[in-house]
Amino acid sequence: MGVTPDDVRHVATLARLSIPEGELASYVEQLNAILGHMEALQQVPSSGAAAAADAARPGMALRADAVGPMPLTRPAAEFAPELRDGFFLVPRLATHEDAGEGA
Amino acid sequence: MSRSLLDLTAAQLGAAVREGRTPAGELLTASLDRLAETHAGNDGLNAIVHQVGADDSAMQPLAMGPLAGVPVAIKDNLATRTLPTTCGSRILDGWVSPYEATAVRKLREAGAIVIGKTNREVFAMGSSTEHSAFGPSRNPHDRRRAPGGSSGGSAAAVAVGIAPIALGSETGGSVRQPAAFCGIVGVKPTYGRVSRYGLVAFASSLDCVAPFGRTVDDAALATEIISGHDPLDATSAAHTVPAMRVGPGPLAGLVVGVPKEYFPDSLMPEVRAICDRALEALRAQGATIREVSLPHTPYAIPVYYIIAPAEASANLARFDGVRYGMRIEVDGVQAMYGATRAAGFGAEVTRRILLGTYVLSAGYYDAYYRKAQEVRALIARDFTDVFASGVHVLFTPTTPTPAFALGAISDPYEMYLSDIYTVTANLAGIPGISLPIGRVHGLPVGGQVLAPAFDEPTMFRAAYALEAALGAEAHR
Repeated sequence: MGVTPDDVRHVATLARLSIPEGELASYVEQLNAILGHMEALQQVPSSGAAAAADAARPGMALRADAVGPMPLTRPAAEFAPELRDGFFLVPRLATHEDAGEGA
Repeated sequence: MSRSLLDLTAAQLGAAVREGRTPAGELLTASLDRLAETHAGNDGLNAIVHQVGADDSAMQPLAMGPLAGVPVAIKDNLATRTLPTTCGSRILDGWVSPYEATAVRKLREAGAIVIGKTNREVFAMGSSTEHSAFGPSRNPHDRRRAPGGSSGGSAAAVAVGIAPIALGSETGGSVRQPAAFCGIVGVKPTYGRVSRYGLVAFASSLDCVAPFGRTVDDAALATEIISGHDPLDATSAAHTVPAMRVGPGPLAGLVVGVPKEYFPDSLMPEVRAICDRALEALRAQGATIREVSLPHTPYAIPVYYIIAPAEASANLARFDGVRYGMRIEVDGVQAMYGATRAAGFGAEVTRRILLGTYVLSAGYYDAYYRKAQEVRALIARDFTDVFASGVHVLFTPTTPTPAFALGAISDPYEMYLSDIYTVTANLAGIPGISLPIGRVHGLPVGGQVLAPAFDEPTMFRAAYALEAALGAEAHR
């Protein structure tokens, strides 16, 4: 189950990390070394153990699905880089651009 | 006067301020003087990375409780008002939280004064506090050595008396390990005992806010203060908080288990001898010592280093140049995400995000992540079985060795192994405490007491008795 340079490129894309080509080999080597230690787990018979543990655990208490005040120590205008009409301004997202082009 | 003040415990200092014997201002001055003195020069401790301003009311106490006027230091991944919360990273450089962590607020409600934020490994990922945007922290017992990590700054600050109590956080041992390396007490409470609200998430099923103290009593006091249900954290437990300052007393009827997997033949002989002395001290107090087995212990590090990076890869997605922190401006939003995150995370964080994304990705999820979750359940069951067999607490070394030299460990997996005796408690969700039990070549060695979930009082009972029985021997 060896990690290849293409695997690292793929997960880096999923994780939104720009990895310079020059550093790729080092990450491939390190991930393979670390994952090599993980192979020990395959020797442990464990089928269904997690599901059994989850069933035994008490459920998480959920609060009411209601909007309440946010316990902020200062108003949004003091920590948002850009705010317009009470909304946070963020960079234009590619997905929106793509949707626009396709329409 | 100042020097002797900082040698008192938090409980003593709080009483002195409340009763008017010591002005809180004098205490704060003494603390800041100690900070300046220990941080000077090229080999300064570098424990505190953001220091409170003299007129910063947001860090001041909210009431005159048991910690009245007592200076406390807070790890730089817990949200504080006005002081930055940067996680030792470039990506959160200068970021000030718009809200305050529940544990910090509780300390201030008990009277504490936040004097600064402490250095830590970038995003709490590491075991030495060498890898921080602020540079490495140093061990007060030997400045060429690491204070442990990731909460190394908090541990060093308490060890030199800048504050008698500090907050750190644990995901795999990040309080108990630096407590052992710095010769102080560190507590990992039961998962759910202390609210995680305001703790920057690393691995949410493992993360705990965790306190340091110079004595078991101060550590128990801090744990008691920060514990309790919090509606702002859905994983916070609704359990009543029991009294934790149980004090030293006889241990008649207490069964202490000694898990053989934590004492392998390869264990450093000096560490083994110090542990044997501690076990003898527990026996002399009336405890029964029983060898036990936690058979899945050897799998704890592989399980931890699958689950923690997997959760981290999801939690750290929010640091993208939009929702938090710095932004590298380049054309295209995907390129901006990639460039910002590459520039803002260090090598260890990048490695763990890649690893976490890989083990969660299609085709590898079952082989790695699901398998790790199953083995994690078996590790937790080992503890349940041992405690169900009549054992009340377990005793182990906290770490296999005393503090290692700065820069001595370059292989990531070798560094991971320094957490080998601590990660199991995080995986199982149980409480643990590390306290000083001796020294090897002048360097502190920590002993660890583990207890069943939500039974911190029994854990403290054993720790108080051990501290009292060892006395000065714990520091030589």
